[in-house]
Amino acid sequence: MQSSVTESRSATPGSGGPPAQVGPPPRRSSGRAWEWSLAALLLLPNLVLLIVFTYRPLLDNIRLSFTDWNISSPIANPVGLSNYVEWFGRDDTRIIVRNTLVFTIATVGISMAVGLGLALLLDQKLRGRNLVRSAVFAPFVISGAAIGIAFQFVFDPNYGLIRDLLVRVGVGVPDFYQEPGWALFMVTVTYIWKNIGYTFVIYLAALQGRRADLDEAAEIDGASAWTRFRRVLMPQLRPTTFFLSITVLLSSVQVFDIINVMTRGGPQGNATSTLVYQVYQETFVNQRAGYGAMVATVMFVILLAVTVVQVRFMDRGKKA
Amino acid sequence: MSTSTIVGTVDEEKTPPAADRRRRRRAAHNVEASTHNRGPVWTAAGYVGMVLVLLVVAVPLFWILVTSFKERGDIYVRPAQWWPEPATGQNYSELTTRIPFSDYVRNSVIITAATSLAKIILGVLSAYALSLMRFPGRSIVFIVVIAALMVPNQITVISNYALVAQLGWRNTYQGIIIPLAGVAFGTFLMRNQFLNLPGEIIEAARLDGAGPMKLLWRVVMPMSWPTLVAFALITVVSEWNEYLWPFLMSDDESTATLPVGLTFLQNNDGVTNWGPVMAGTVLAMLPILVLFLFLQRQMIKGLTAGAVKS
Repeated sequence: MQSSVTESRSATPGSGGPPAQVGPPPRRSSGRAWEWSLAALLLLPNLVLLIVFTYRPLLDNIRLSFTDWNISSPIANPVGLSNYVEWFGRDDTRIIVRNTLVFTIATVGISMAVGLGLALLLDQKLRGRNLVRSAVFAPFVISGAAIGIAFQFVFDPNYGLIRDLLVRVGVGVPDFYQEPGWALFMVTVTYIWKNIGYTFVIYLAALQGRRADLDEAAEIDGASAWTRFRRVLMPQLRPTTFFLSITVLLSSVQVFDIINVMTRGGPQGNATSTLVYQVYQETFVNQRAGYGAMVATVMFVILLAVTVVQVRFMDRGKKA
Repeated sequence: MSTSTIVGTVDEEKTPPAADRRRRRRAAHNVEASTHNRGPVWTAAGYVGMVLVLLVVAVPLFWILVTSFKERGDIYVRPAQWWPEPATGQNYSELTTRIPFSDYVRNSVIITAATSLAKIILGVLSAYALSLMRFPGRSIVFIVVIAALMVPNQITVISNYALVAQLGWRNTYQGIIIPLAGVAFGTFLMRNQFLNLPGEIIEAARLDGAGPMKLLWRVVMPMSWPTLVAFALITVVSEWNEYLWPFLMSDDESTATLPVGLTFLQNNDGVTNWGPVMAGTVLAMLPILVLFLFLQRQMIKGLTAGAVKS
């Protein structure tokens, strides 16, 4: 994806130019080997870090997923496919996969829809919109652990903010700590509250870069607001929407801090456990690193497949 | 993404938003078009929407702040008190005396500073090599760096934990910092910046005999400060908030960062003592919110610059 950029840039000064310039000055061609080794020197530390701490563990996960390793012992016995077989047969797998799906679909869908709505609202010429823009974005920069802990008290079924508000309007108060569905609701709402600022600023930037004349032309042609939104605005925002669908999905799937501080995956053992939380729980709490590595591997394969589908979809959308 | 145009920054002072332009143009149009203008009802709805949004964000934060100043007994009353009466700094003093809170702050500062510095340096150097230097295999190296963005940190922790534990680096700064120091996003961001610099200036400097490193410091960097600041800011924020890896690496206050320390505080005794915990979260949120208050424009620029239009 970068070839065209680099080529067009490197082509301008030297090679493609008229013969008067005759390529790069001789100093550089003699120093070519030197430039290569300098580039290698500049890149090497970062490359080594990425290979050792990002790519190596990815492959190591696959190896470990076929063992019964317990994270602390030096020995890991090969167990074949038994981790995989166990995972597909276990009851909690179904619950955890369902939680992951519910959480991810809800956070991605709501963050994107509400983020776009807020961007449309705060793109209007309204007094004080800068303050509200800052307010919407602010929670995004706060630590997820701090927000999770704070919101645990906000949702406290006995003395929390939500309880107080619900009682004041005369509505029953669900037990966010003990009821599985409400616990999942609690972490989902907390996550969206923290992260809505991201989709908001990206959509706002895209709105500010859009072509107003198209919208105007459609309006003069008598198109309704809804038609203009669907036929004029959304197509212009399509690249942004695809970009967000990938990045927001990736970060939603990775949520750990909020779940760890709010519910520890519970109540009832796994009511708010997602795949990432299961990786942590099995590896570091239950000391079954082989099983954890298997979950991590499965998760990565699913993520990769989803992203490939999204990118395909984006390419098709571009041609259409 | 061949001609990577960066999505416009949220910078309304310089570029009037489309809505403004549209309205201005429409005003100059005619009476017929102005009937399409948003009426007072719409404007009112807009303000109602803004107030609602503001409340949803501000009320929980206000609640946390108020709780942190309440006396212990006042936290556990129904209906809840919406103002600390009497207000007390007791939770804050308890936080700093009973708990090694200052240790957490120190660890957070050291780890955030070191990791961010490493990432910024490595990101700039990698981006420079990948954009303005020529060597064989450049596109492959670029793909290797960028593809790391696709690998969630959360699934690399198992093997990394084993490696770092083997080195005896658990509960050490280097054990936390080094595995986090590789940089993919920043390389991408800075590379885009370098590729968008005017080629004539760079070529002129080359013809003047500037070597690659001189070119970087004297020509490329001075033109790239705004992007570097944006990159630095989002790096500092995300390192300050980093949770899982420091959480796995730290057993106590010798290396635990603020977010990890808050977790210890929360678990201290079976029942959470909300007063000091809320005071702790307020203190953890504050520095980053202050930073945000002054530098939000640059922060947003870093984020939106990542959203590359094709």
